[in-house]
Amino acid sequence: MLLIRCPHCGERPEVEFRHGGEAHVARPEDPSSLDDAAWAEFLYMRANPKGWHFERWRHEHGCGRFFNAVRHTVSDRIVLTYRSGEKRPDLAAIPGTERP
Amino acid sequence: MSEAFRTASGGRIDRARPLSFRFDGRRMTGRAGDTLASALLANGVHLVGRSFKYHRPRGILAAGAEEPNALVGVDRGPGRYAPNLRATQVELHEGLSAESQNRFPSLRLDVAALADLAAPLIPAGFYYKTFMWPASWWAKLYEPRIRAAAGLGRAPSGSDPDRYAQRHAHCETLVVGAGPAGIAAALDAAARGGRVILCDEQAEPGGSLLAETRATIDGRRAADWLAWALGELAANPRVTILPRTTAFGYFAQNFVALAERVTDHLAAPDPNLPRERLWQVRAREVVLATGAIERPLVFPENDRPGIMLADAARTYLARYGVKPGCRALVFAAHDDAHGAALELAAAGMEIAMVVDLRATADGELPRRVREAGIAVRTGATVTGTRGRLRVHEAHVGSVDADGSVRGVEPVSCDTLLMSGGWTPSVHLHSQSRGRLAWREEIQAFVPDGTPQACRSVGACAGAFGLQAALGLRHRVEGDPARGGGFAGAVPHDRSPGRARAFVDFQNDVTAKDLGLALREGFRSIEHVKRYTTNGMATDQGKTSNINALAIVAAASGRKVPEVGLTTFRQPYTPVTFGTLAGMSRGQLFDPVRTTPIHGWAEAAGAVFEDVGQWKRAHHFPRPGEDMHAAVARECRAVRASAGIFDASTLGKIEVVGRDAAEFLERIYVNAFRRLEPGRCRYGILLNEAGFVIDDGVIGRMAADAFHVTTTTGGAARVLAMMEDYLQTEWPGLEAWLTSTTEQWATIAVQGPRARAILAPLVEGIDVSREAFPHMAVREGRVAGARARLFRVSFTGELGFEVNVPASEGRATWEAIWEQARRHDAVAYGTEAMHVLRAEKGYIIVGQETDGTVVPDDLGLGWAIGKAKRDFVGRRSLSRPDIVAPDRRQLVGLLTRDGRTLLEEGAQVVAMPDPPPGTAALGHVTSSYRSEAAGRPIALALVAGGRARKGEVLHVPMPGGAIAVEVVDPVFHDPKGSRLDG
Repeated sequence: MLLIRCPHCGERPEVEFRHGGEAHVARPEDPSSLDDAAWAEFLYMRANPKGWHFERWRHEHGCGRFFNAVRHTVSDRIVLTYRSGEKRPDLAAIPGTERP
Repeated sequence: MSEAFRTASGGRIDRARPLSFRFDGRRMTGRAGDTLASALLANGVHLVGRSFKYHRPRGILAAGAEEPNALVGVDRGPGRYAPNLRATQVELHEGLSAESQNRFPSLRLDVAALADLAAPLIPAGFYYKTFMWPASWWAKLYEPRIRAAAGLGRAPSGSDPDRYAQRHAHCETLVVGAGPAGIAAALDAAARGGRVILCDEQAEPGGSLLAETRATIDGRRAADWLAWALGELAANPRVTILPRTTAFGYFAQNFVALAERVTDHLAAPDPNLPRERLWQVRAREVVLATGAIERPLVFPENDRPGIMLADAARTYLARYGVKPGCRALVFAAHDDAHGAALELAAAGMEIAMVVDLRATADGELPRRVREAGIAVRTGATVTGTRGRLRVHEAHVGSVDADGSVRGVEPVSCDTLLMSGGWTPSVHLHSQSRGRLAWREEIQAFVPDGTPQACRSVGACAGAFGLQAALGLRHRVEGDPARGGGFAGAVPHDRSPGRARAFVDFQNDVTAKDLGLALREGFRSIEHVKRYTTNGMATDQGKTSNINALAIVAAASGRKVPEVGLTTFRQPYTPVTFGTLAGMSRGQLFDPVRTTPIHGWAEAAGAVFEDVGQWKRAHHFPRPGEDMHAAVARECRAVRASAGIFDASTLGKIEVVGRDAAEFLERIYVNAFRRLEPGRCRYGILLNEAGFVIDDGVIGRMAADAFHVTTTTGGAARVLAMMEDYLQTEWPGLEAWLTSTTEQWATIAVQGPRARAILAPLVEGIDVSREAFPHMAVREGRVAGARARLFRVSFTGELGFEVNVPASEGRATWEAIWEQARRHDAVAYGTEAMHVLRAEKGYIIVGQETDGTVVPDDLGLGWAIGKAKRDFVGRRSLSRPDIVAPDRRQLVGLLTRDGRTLLEEGAQVVAMPDPPPGTAALGHVTSSYRSEAAGRPIALALVAGGRARKGEVLHVPMPGGAIAVEVVDPVFHDPKGSRLDG
């Protein structure tokens, strides 16, 4: 079971959390202005990397807040968690991302 | 004589405490400190089981967790039968009752041993090849017979009366294995001041030190040093020592699962103690000191009772004071077998000869063996053995440089002790996602780095010998250097087609089987493993994996590291289901949610159904009524008078704040900004793809407060979705979401008499038709309780929903029920609710919808706020597939014969006898017998359905197609004139 650091509560066991899909996929301001292809892109296309992944988690059985995490999809190592709404950090600037 | 093979002195058993036990009904005695295996050996019993496939007689091979043969069932009374326990790990206690397995009628005479005579006919893959045809025989004949013959041990009958506990623990250092390396690591970690957990699978910590007789540590005898070290650790309050505790699984981030056996070793355990305890340990650092497992040698007939691992035999002598036999032949590929020969000879056992596979054996221990006058024959091998229930003869020959064997001579013996060297126990290291490296000189894989904060020490890291285990802080004397090691099959002069040299004792896999798998084209070790089942028994190949690898490597001309190693998986040794389940069983397996009115429904004789975790009253049968009769009566009563219904399970979310209306406007398809306080709206919730995922009535309680209801099953999902949008997409909106599902009890009162029933109970609300119209909500009191009263209908009749605080739910229900009885009204359950809504064509999300249905498909396009610029899912409603004319639309279906009830889920097609491959036009979503319509009715999703009204379609069923007419989905009161009562 993973230990995950909620940016609001601190380290908690994985069972308190729920995965929320890829992070930094913002809903378009005005969906009606998008053509079908662009809307389908927003609806269905997601990154599926073997490696570092920016993703959303929710501390569902805790504070209930959504936040973002940087996790390696092979090793499951999480090097950073940060509050939702904060700018997407530069991967190279995050310590610990040089190895899986 | 009892305990004929017990030595006069020595060992760690308590000779003053004899214990009586039974094996296959035979009464014997052992001593406190014995395992079942050592006590059996003390009584001269080697034959303890029959092998899995050939039912060959088998004896005790090892002294620890790796034991493949000596599997026994232990009976601790009703519901407490444990099969497949290793006799080497079962602690003896007074009255222990154990039995051998896999034999009939008795261990000594087993009729299934005929399989052994047929062995040449049943090689690896026999079942796959033989039971191919006729195919129809598989299910009826082959599989039942094979299943009856397969399986090991018998499952306990009845439910387990024991209790199992679970604990979480945190520490700086978790040390797995309390042998010399583990104890030294624990002493170091404790000296650093952190919390230390030291666990060991055995009853007594100490590992190899428990059988160490020659070496001294820091000037003390090994046993004295052990006592000193354990005393140091026990005196430290930050150290936890857990004996009888197996670390069986290693997970991410140094999360290790331990199984502690708390009471099985006690004759009369305290009933307050759990039988076993699962420890879930999170450690900053894990030290693996799991030791090594001695490797058998693979020679023909190496599986007879009396053939043992050499160091296991030495351990039985040194630790338990048991001699494994009278006259031993020792077959060595490692110096430790010489050491065993020396100690056993010193205890009075006759050593017929030490046969050493190596061309030379001139280490200190072989030299001492020769000095003791024991014959050592190097460059030699064992080519076979004799003896049905116990080995009585071995054949020894010399190996030439070309691998041929000559000069074979018989040697009589009642014990054959073998050692192919040591295999480090890297199981947990591998589970930690650690890498392994092959070391040729010891013929074994050793740890080579892991991504976790974990290190292996001592024998499990390939660092053999006491000094290497203890490290430089401790001074070891009298522990001679040893070397050697062999993996694979030894040379012999026997017919390759007939000689059976066992590799995996528990699954009866021979060297020949592995060769056959290769000849049949299997290359990957993972495929060879599955085809031959080598390493797939309950011992997971602890004694067999490396020999199998070496045989496969040699036969395929590869090196062992090129063949690779199969994956080690949890658990290290079998763990009971009880330990894994802990308290999560019976009533505590899954939470049960009941409404405040549950007790009333129970007393009224309701039949309940499970809806998620909720228990809901399904129908209220009267004496003599079956379900259909009860549901029909409930439906008639609601339409004729009234019914009351417990709707408390509906999800409820309180949405408040300055932007509450704006928030709901964006979430739901409906317009909420202009909804007046005191009014309700039927809300439809889509996902971004435009598909209906939930619905429910939403009431505006105030300018900044809404009472949102959701489906019973969707409550948590809808709240999570709302939180998601509020927190991450529109964090600027000022709104708060609170689940109030459990805070409100909800009582639906439906039917033409609903107003008459409620009116005497309502205070502060004018319930007249004019003052309280359909889709209005008011606050006041009902039967004295603070209430939110909704004027809504899910039956098509005049309807109210009374929401009162949960604590008032039962009393309010009873007050309403008192009034209802005066009007011949009924309590109705979820089935009648389903029928009544279907008669009106009202949908149920999850029944009429399946995640691909948009509002217009359901005829609910009217609910969409046309002036709204955006809401969740809106953009998707204009995608080409969504506006296509042939989408499946909700319609009603009536069977042409007026009698047949359709099956929900049945397909709808255009012709009565469609050829295979015909695409369905749609499917039946709901189907009920309708009292109001006087016939069965159904709802269905049918392609272009609204334009097909009047058409006859067909529902193909096994008994023939059923003709149906497409009709409007509203079967009752299509004008809606009954809503006002």
